[in-house]
Amino acid sequence: MKYINQMKLEFLSIPANVAFARVTVAAFAAQLDFTLSDLEEIKVAVSEAVGNAIIHGYRKIPDRLIRIQAALTTDSLELRVEDDGRGIKNIKKALEPAFTTDSERLGLGFVFMQSFMDSFRVDSTPGHGTRVIMSKRAGSGTAPLNPVNPEQ
Amino acid sequence: MLLDLELRQETLFIRPQGELDLAAADHFRHTLEQALDKEPVRNLVFNLAGVTFIDSSGLGVLLGRYKRVSKNGGKVMLVSPQPQVRRILELSGLFRIMKELASESDALAKIG
Repeated sequence: MKYINQMKLEFLSIPANVAFARVTVAAFAAQLDFTLSDLEEIKVAVSEAVGNAIIHGYRKIPDRLIRIQAALTTDSLELRVEDDGRGIKNIKKALEPAFTTDSERLGLGFVFMQSFMDSFRVDSTPGHGTRVIMSKRAGSGTAPLNPVNPEQ
Repeated sequence: MLLDLELRQETLFIRPQGELDLAAADHFRHTLEQALDKEPVRNLVFNLAGVTFIDSSGLGVLLGRYKRVSKNGGKVMLVSPQPQVRRILELSGLFRIMKELASESDALAKIG
Protein backbone atom coordinates (compact mmCIF):
# COMPACT_ATOMS: atom_id res chain seq x y z
CA MET A 1 0.00 0.00 0.00
CA LYS A 2 1.45 3.30 -1.01
CA TYR A 3 0.85 6.15 1.40
CA ILE A 4 0.57 9.68 0.09
CA ASN A 5 0.71 11.20 3.56
CA GLN A 6 1.31 10.13 7.16
CA MET A 7 1.19 11.76 10.59
CA LYS A 8 1.64 10.94 14.26
CA LEU A 9 0.17 12.64 17.30
CA GLU A 10 0.98 12.05 20.95
CA PHE A 11 -0.91 13.86 23.67
CA LEU A 12 -1.90 13.67 27.34
CA SER A 13 -4.91 11.67 28.44
CA ILE A 14 -7.07 14.67 29.33
CA PRO A 15 -10.66 15.25 28.12
CA ALA A 16 -9.74 18.53 26.38
CA ASN A 17 -7.62 16.49 23.96
CA VAL A 18 -10.63 14.54 22.67
CA ALA A 19 -11.65 17.56 20.58
CA PHE A 20 -8.03 18.28 19.64
CA ALA A 21 -7.63 14.72 18.33
CA ARG A 22 -10.85 14.53 16.32
CA VAL A 23 -10.43 17.96 14.73
CA THR A 24 -6.79 17.23 13.84
CA VAL A 25 -7.57 13.85 12.29
CA ALA A 26 -10.53 15.30 10.38
CA ALA A 27 -8.34 18.13 9.02
CA PHE A 28 -5.75 15.55 7.94
CA ALA A 29 -8.43 13.33 6.32
CA ALA A 30 -9.87 16.35 4.50
CA GLN A 31 -6.91 16.13 2.11
CA LEU A 32 -8.92 13.35 0.42
CA ASP A 33 -12.38 13.76 -1.12
CA PHE A 34 -14.32 12.88 1.99
CA THR A 35 -17.79 14.39 2.23
CA LEU A 36 -18.65 16.57 5.23
CA SER A 37 -20.76 13.71 6.51
CA ASP A 38 -17.76 11.34 6.21
CA LEU A 39 -15.62 13.80 8.15
CA GLU A 40 -18.27 14.03 10.87
CA GLU A 41 -18.26 10.24 11.12
CA ILE A 42 -14.46 10.18 11.37
CA LYS A 43 -14.68 12.77 14.15
CA VAL A 44 -17.11 10.63 16.12
CA ALA A 45 -14.95 7.50 15.68
CA VAL A 46 -11.82 9.35 16.89
CA SER A 47 -13.74 10.91 19.77
CA GLU A 48 -14.94 7.49 20.93
CA ALA A 49 -11.52 5.85 20.60
CA VAL A 50 -9.73 8.63 22.51
CA GLY A 51 -12.55 8.82 25.08
CA ASN A 52 -12.24 5.08 25.69
CA ALA A 53 -8.47 5.42 26.16
CA ILE A 54 -9.00 8.16 28.78
CA ILE A 55 -11.92 6.59 30.65
CA HIS A 56 -11.25 2.87 30.37
CA GLY A 57 -7.58 2.57 29.41
CA TYR A 58 -6.24 5.12 31.89
CA ARG A 59 -9.25 5.41 34.26
CA LYS A 60 -9.06 9.19 33.91
CA ILE A 61 -5.43 9.44 35.08
CA PRO A 62 -4.45 12.64 33.26
CA ASP A 63 -0.67 12.31 32.83
CA ARG A 64 -0.54 9.32 30.50
CA LEU A 65 -0.04 9.35 26.76
CA ILE A 66 -2.33 8.51 23.87
CA ARG A 67 -0.89 8.03 20.39
CA ILE A 68 -2.58 8.40 17.04
CA GLN A 69 -1.06 7.38 13.75
CA ALA A 70 -2.86 8.24 10.56
CA ALA A 71 -2.02 7.58 6.95
CA LEU A 72 -3.68 8.41 3.65
CA THR A 73 -3.66 6.32 0.52
CA THR A 74 -5.11 7.89 -2.62
CA ASP A 75 -8.61 6.93 -1.52
CA SER A 76 -8.59 5.98 2.16
CA LEU A 77 -7.71 6.99 5.70
CA GLU A 78 -6.01 4.49 7.98
CA LEU A 79 -6.01 5.21 11.65
CA ARG A 80 -4.52 3.76 14.84
CA VAL A 81 -5.40 4.99 18.30
CA GLU A 82 -3.22 3.49 21.05
CA ASP A 83 -2.88 3.70 24.80
CA ASP A 84 -0.66 1.93 27.33
CA GLY A 85 -3.47 1.55 29.84
CA ARG A 86 -5.01 -1.41 31.55
CA GLY A 87 -6.33 -3.07 28.40
CA ILE A 88 -9.50 -5.04 27.77
CA LYS A 89 -9.89 -8.52 29.24
CA ASN A 90 -12.82 -9.63 27.12
CA ILE A 91 -12.84 -7.84 23.77
CA LYS A 92 -15.81 -9.83 22.48
CA LYS A 93 -17.93 -8.65 25.41
CA ALA A 94 -16.66 -5.07 25.12
CA LEU A 95 -17.80 -5.01 21.49
CA GLU A 96 -21.39 -5.96 22.29
CA PRO A 97 -23.81 -3.05 21.70
CA ALA A 98 -24.92 -1.40 24.93
CA PHE A 99 -22.33 -3.25 27.01
CA THR A 100 -21.05 -0.70 29.48
CA THR A 101 -19.19 -0.67 32.75
CA ASP A 102 -20.70 2.71 33.66
CA SER A 103 -24.45 3.47 33.97
CA GLU A 104 -23.93 7.02 32.69
CA ARG A 105 -22.61 5.76 29.38
CA LEU A 106 -24.42 3.86 26.67
CA GLY A 107 -21.82 1.32 25.65
CA LEU A 108 -21.96 2.77 22.16
CA GLY A 109 -18.34 3.78 21.62
CA PHE A 110 -17.39 0.67 19.67
CA VAL A 111 -20.78 0.63 17.91
CA PHE A 112 -20.10 4.10 16.51
CA MET A 113 -16.55 3.18 15.48
CA GLN A 114 -17.82 0.05 13.71
CA SER A 115 -20.74 1.85 12.07
CA PHE A 116 -18.82 4.85 10.84
CA MET A 117 -15.59 3.27 9.64
CA ASP A 118 -15.22 0.70 6.83
CA SER A 119 -12.87 -1.51 8.81
CA PHE A 120 -12.36 -1.75 12.53
CA ARG A 121 -10.23 -3.95 14.78
CA VAL A 122 -9.26 -3.88 18.46
CA ASP A 123 -6.06 -5.42 19.81
CA SER A 124 -5.54 -5.40 23.54
CA THR A 125 -3.30 -7.01 26.11
CA PRO A 126 -4.58 -6.68 29.69
CA GLY A 127 -2.12 -4.55 31.65
CA HIS A 128 -0.37 -3.30 28.53
CA GLY A 129 -2.82 -1.25 26.57
CA THR A 130 -5.26 -1.14 23.70
CA ARG A 131 -4.90 -0.39 20.03
CA VAL A 132 -7.85 0.42 17.79
CA ILE A 133 -7.18 0.14 14.06
CA MET A 134 -9.72 1.63 11.69
CA SER A 135 -9.97 2.70 8.09
CA LYS A 136 -12.40 4.57 5.93
CA ARG A 137 -12.59 4.93 2.17
CA ALA A 138 -13.40 8.27 0.61
CA GLY A 139 -16.64 8.05 -1.34
CA SER A 140 -17.89 4.86 0.34
CA GLY A 141 -21.23 6.45 1.24
CA THR A 142 -22.83 6.93 4.63
CA ALA A 143 -23.27 4.07 7.05
CA PRO A 144 -26.69 2.40 7.24
CA LEU A 145 -28.46 3.09 10.49
CA ASN A 146 -29.30 0.24 12.78
CA PRO A 147 -30.46 1.79 16.05
CA VAL A 148 -29.70 0.01 19.28
CA ASN A 149 -32.13 -0.19 22.16
CA PRO A 150 -30.94 2.09 24.98
CA GLU A 151 -33.25 0.51 27.55
CA GLN A 152 -31.83 -2.97 27.17
CA MET B 1 -19.78 24.32 25.94
CA LEU B 2 -22.21 27.02 27.07
CA LEU B 3 -25.38 26.12 28.89
CA ASP B 4 -28.61 28.07 29.30
CA LEU B 5 -31.36 26.77 31.59
CA GLU B 6 -34.90 28.04 31.98
CA LEU B 7 -37.63 26.62 34.17
CA ARG B 8 -41.19 27.17 32.96
CA GLN B 9 -43.73 25.62 35.30
CA GLU B 10 -42.42 22.09 35.80
CA THR B 11 -40.45 21.90 32.57
CA LEU B 12 -36.75 22.66 32.41
CA PHE B 13 -35.55 23.97 29.06
CA ILE B 14 -31.91 23.19 28.47
CA ARG B 15 -30.07 24.99 25.68
CA PRO B 16 -26.48 23.82 25.32
CA GLN B 17 -24.18 25.48 22.79
CA GLY B 18 -21.09 23.86 21.35
CA GLU B 19 -19.72 20.34 21.53
CA LEU B 20 -21.12 17.68 23.88
CA ASP B 21 -18.14 15.37 24.33
CA LEU B 22 -16.10 14.00 27.20
CA ALA B 23 -14.66 17.44 28.01
CA ALA B 24 -18.16 18.92 28.39
CA ALA B 25 -19.94 15.95 29.95
CA ASP B 26 -19.02 16.45 33.62
CA HIS B 27 -20.03 20.13 33.68
CA PHE B 28 -23.21 19.37 31.73
CA ARG B 29 -24.18 16.52 34.07
CA HIS B 30 -23.31 18.43 37.23
CA THR B 31 -25.29 21.55 36.21
CA LEU B 32 -28.36 19.50 35.35
CA GLU B 33 -28.18 17.42 38.53
CA GLN B 34 -27.98 20.62 40.60
CA ALA B 35 -31.04 22.05 38.84
CA LEU B 36 -32.94 18.77 39.35
CA ASP B 37 -32.00 18.74 43.05
CA LYS B 38 -33.06 22.34 43.68
CA GLU B 39 -36.06 22.94 41.44
CA PRO B 40 -39.40 21.15 41.08
CA VAL B 41 -38.60 19.78 37.62
CA ARG B 42 -40.85 17.18 36.05
CA ASN B 43 -39.97 17.31 32.34
CA LEU B 44 -36.84 18.13 30.37
CA VAL B 45 -36.65 19.77 26.95
CA PHE B 46 -33.20 19.72 25.39
CA ASN B 47 -32.96 22.35 22.66
CA LEU B 48 -30.07 20.99 20.59
CA ALA B 49 -30.07 23.64 17.85
CA GLY B 50 -26.76 25.05 19.12
CA VAL B 51 -25.01 21.68 19.50
CA THR B 52 -22.44 21.10 16.75
CA PHE B 53 -21.08 17.73 17.90
CA ILE B 54 -22.17 14.90 20.16
CA ASP B 55 -20.60 11.55 21.01
CA SER B 56 -21.42 8.79 23.48
CA SER B 57 -20.26 10.94 26.43
CA GLY B 58 -22.88 13.58 25.57
CA LEU B 59 -25.52 10.93 24.90
CA GLY B 60 -24.75 9.40 28.29
CA VAL B 61 -25.66 12.69 30.01
CA LEU B 62 -29.00 12.76 28.17
CA LEU B 63 -29.73 9.13 29.03
CA GLY B 64 -28.76 9.59 32.69
CA ARG B 65 -31.18 12.53 33.09
CA TYR B 66 -33.88 10.58 31.25
CA LYS B 67 -33.51 7.78 33.80
CA ARG B 68 -33.90 10.28 36.63
CA VAL B 69 -36.99 12.18 35.42
CA SER B 70 -38.78 9.18 33.89
CA LYS B 71 -38.77 7.52 37.32
CA ASN B 72 -41.19 10.25 38.42
CA GLY B 73 -43.29 10.03 35.27
CA GLY B 74 -41.57 12.97 33.55
CA LYS B 75 -40.88 13.29 29.84
CA VAL B 76 -37.70 14.15 27.98
CA MET B 77 -37.88 15.83 24.57
CA LEU B 78 -35.27 16.77 22.03
CA VAL B 79 -35.73 19.92 19.95
CA SER B 80 -34.20 20.69 16.53
CA PRO B 81 -30.89 18.80 16.47
CA GLN B 82 -28.52 19.65 13.60
CA PRO B 83 -28.25 16.89 10.94
CA GLN B 84 -24.91 15.43 12.12
CA VAL B 85 -26.15 15.36 15.73
CA ARG B 86 -29.52 13.93 14.66
CA ARG B 87 -27.75 11.04 12.95
CA ILE B 88 -25.93 10.10 16.16
CA LEU B 89 -29.16 10.34 18.17
CA GLU B 90 -30.86 8.11 15.61
CA LEU B 91 -28.13 5.48 15.69
CA SER B 92 -28.04 5.53 19.50
CA GLY B 93 -31.71 4.60 19.71
CA LEU B 94 -32.49 7.54 22.04
CA PHE B 95 -35.41 8.57 19.81
CA ARG B 96 -37.18 5.44 21.02
CA ILE B 97 -37.46 6.95 24.47
CA MET B 98 -37.20 10.72 23.82
CA LYS B 99 -39.51 12.46 21.33
CA GLU B 100 -38.02 14.75 18.73
CA LEU B 101 -39.84 18.04 18.16
CA ALA B 102 -39.34 20.96 15.82
CA SER B 103 -39.56 23.74 18.41
CA GLU B 104 -39.71 24.45 22.13
CA SER B 105 -43.35 25.55 21.79
CA ASP B 106 -44.21 22.23 20.11
CA ALA B 107 -42.53 20.47 23.03
CA LEU B 108 -44.47 22.52 25.56
CA ALA B 109 -47.73 21.80 23.72
CA LYS B 110 -46.93 18.08 23.74
CA ILE B 111 -46.34 18.16 27.49
CA GLY B 112 -49.74 19.86 27.89
